[in-house]
Amino acid sequence: MKITLKLKRFNPETDKKPYWKEYSLEVDPTDRVLDALQEIKWSQDGTLTLRRSCAHGICGSDAMRINGRNMLACKALIQDVSEEGGTITIEPILGLPVMKDMVVDMEPFFAHYREVMPYLVNNDPLPTNGRERLQSVADRERFDDTTKCILCAACTTSCPSFWARGEYVGPAAIVQAHRFIFDSRDQAAQERLEVLSEPDGVWRCRTVFNCTEACPRGIQVTKAIGEVKDALRTGVIE
Amino acid sequence: MPQYHQFDALIVGAGGAGLMAALHASKRCKTAVISKLYPTRSHTGTAQGGISAALGNLEEDKWEWHAYDTIKGGDFLNDQDAVDIMCREAIDAVIDLEHMGLPFDRTPEGKISQRRFGGHTNNDTHKAVMRACHAADRTGHMILQTLYQNCIKQNVTFFDEFQVVDLMVEAGKCNGVVAVELKTGEHHVFHSKGTLLATGGFGKMWKVTSNAHSLTGDMPATILRRGLPLEDMEFFQFHPTGVYKLGILLSEAARGEGAVFLNDKGERFMARYMPTLKDLAPRDICSRYIFQEIREGRGINGKDYVYLDFRPEEINKHLEEDGNPKRIDAHYLETKLPDIIEFARVYQGVDPIKEPVPIQPTAHYAMGGIPTNNDAEVLADETGRVIEGLYAAGEVACVSVHGANRLGTNSLVDLVVFGKRGGIKMADYVNGASLREINKGDAHKAGEAQLERIRNNNGTERPGAIRKELQKMMDADVGVYRTGTGLEEAIDKIKELQARFAKIKIDDKGFKWNTDLTEAWELGCLLDLAEVTAFSALWRCESRGGHFREDFPTRDDMNFLKHSIVWKNGKVEIKDKPVRITRIQPQERKY
Repeated sequence: MKITLKLKRFNPETDKKPYWKEYSLEVDPTDRVLDALQEIKWSQDGTLTLRRSCAHGICGSDAMRINGRNMLACKALIQDVSEEGGTITIEPILGLPVMKDMVVDMEPFFAHYREVMPYLVNNDPLPTNGRERLQSVADRERFDDTTKCILCAACTTSCPSFWARGEYVGPAAIVQAHRFIFDSRDQAAQERLEVLSEPDGVWRCRTVFNCTEACPRGIQVTKAIGEVKDALRTGVIE
Repeated sequence: MPQYHQFDALIVGAGGAGLMAALHASKRCKTAVISKLYPTRSHTGTAQGGISAALGNLEEDKWEWHAYDTIKGGDFLNDQDAVDIMCREAIDAVIDLEHMGLPFDRTPEGKISQRRFGGHTNNDTHKAVMRACHAADRTGHMILQTLYQNCIKQNVTFFDEFQVVDLMVEAGKCNGVVAVELKTGEHHVFHSKGTLLATGGFGKMWKVTSNAHSLTGDMPATILRRGLPLEDMEFFQFHPTGVYKLGILLSEAARGEGAVFLNDKGERFMARYMPTLKDLAPRDICSRYIFQEIREGRGINGKDYVYLDFRPEEINKHLEEDGNPKRIDAHYLETKLPDIIEFARVYQGVDPIKEPVPIQPTAHYAMGGIPTNNDAEVLADETGRVIEGLYAAGEVACVSVHGANRLGTNSLVDLVVFGKRGGIKMADYVNGASLREINKGDAHKAGEAQLERIRNNNGTERPGAIRKELQKMMDADVGVYRTGTGLEEAIDKIKELQARFAKIKIDDKGFKWNTDLTEAWELGCLLDLAEVTAFSALWRCESRGGHFREDFPTRDDMNFLKHSIVWKNGKVEIKDKPVRITRIQPQERKY
């Protein structure tokens, strides 16, 4: 089928400000949006710039704003975002500085990630038998959902609170904090909760649910944020 | 002038092997990790089914069995001392990952849960054994995340989105790397005593592949350009279960949980070919029989694919047939295999719980690569001479632990075991070595010249068109089935494409984030690697593991129980070296 891709373009070496450019091409309905972007780059215009790697929704490189919604370009099929002869509008994710075309500066995003101590803290001696720590199936299940995060930033850059204030730690960092706060092996929940109780912590979440809708991994992001808020409110982690 | 940096140790690549090396090296010396991707984008993250270690958490197991299976799976081309190291150290490596925080699935007693995987057996009963430690079907994702988390905890230095384009190798010693900062296009000279390469595979020379766009073999190609050899390049694994047409991987864990292959007649054909292990035979064997079914007209609707069936009621039927008391349901599968079920739904519009999934073999894993010894030191030739200060680990390296065919889960075992060994060995070396002089003004020039030639070339050929032709040809002529004639034609075609590559023109002449330029440079890497792959495949006149020659359909231990070592200095030259056999003598491979 024939479609048009309307892309927001910006080259810092030649452009003062971003502009829209349209490309027409022939695609299969089941192609990924990423396939269409690559086809444009390879056959029509090599200057088109984007990040991509695994092309099946695991590496988290190609979050973009497609028809006004955050998605991974490799997980959105053409048939799900366009009719025959239709136009797909694609622009970089919002709230992070654009470096070139779809490539944004991810450093502020990863800085927030690092703020929440995104690693297991356990100062107990390791098991003396040289084996793994034990964890019950239920304890492991407790934080399963938030282990799926691929740090693509689709959630954080769909959040109006983050658009309004880039200092807000954002949903992705809270998801990462959740993954450790509710891990029965971890001992640093209080430190993480202190970070998240700051003015730019979890209370900036207004439960808009954009993050949950944007998550390409199907993580219940707003629910996870709610559980962190509950832990702060009650002082109980369960 | 390029920017100049100095470290004791450099690690190129931030997947499992690179991060594992970084965790160990950075405790011992001043270390930096350089990666063309953000570390969490690395392809380790897409590994699904598990990482094997003979923990014996659910049934009896021994590392010696794991080693025997690995060697038999590798069609006896593995260096057996290296395999012993890998399978013995796998146990502590997996325990270490748990201690670092990896959220493995758990057994009812709270231990790390394990599942069956292709070619992993109880050596007494020859039945499949539960050896693959897993976190749902995102084990690689959890390994990559856990290692990166620990790098943050340990404050490891990263240069993210820096693409290495040259190695500074002089007089048999490595003095660091030259990299381009993607954000600015500037060149950086990283001067070091030790350098460890961990850049993964190069599956992008094929069209149908499970590999990421970024897997273009930058460092193996650079090794060739620096006059150094690669090993066993004819051995590339085609994984039997790629999503039809796309090549996206559907983990062997599906078959570990009971899924089976079906042909157009609805027959579970692997039971006919491999009566004991059936659908859990190693990957090379399954891929070959899938193509055989297709060639004999039993592909689905006569087409070039078969089914992978993991409907719960069908799995239960097969479990019963096999005398296995286990029974499963849809909820169980959604918990154990959530990602691959979603892949089938998203990319194929097929719900695996309700209908079988169309699959075809997909180019997956390089058994060959940069030759190393058991301490990850890079070898200069077939005699085992070491390049001082240069190391390689993970898929980019050829130790060789995988021989002619890698068993499922062993890629993750390889990268944690040899990433650690390499990181420690490199740190030990740099702590006793002094920094060698380099010419700081000139060091970057060879790498820069490669890129500037591409940027300024005023030809007529589009790199995108050359890449497509390369991939199509490699699928046809350097795939699961190979012939001498087909390989000769492949070599001619690659030479034609290389000549056309000399006449390319790119659209983007800028410096900042010029991926038109870096992609074209990567294409040049793929062309060189395709050439030595086809030459090595033509040289090996036998069939072994992942390399099947229709004109030489049997294994020939008399003439080819040896590794190939290939150079490309002007023209391609191949030498060989013996396989290190310790405990296990080559035998016929039956499952």
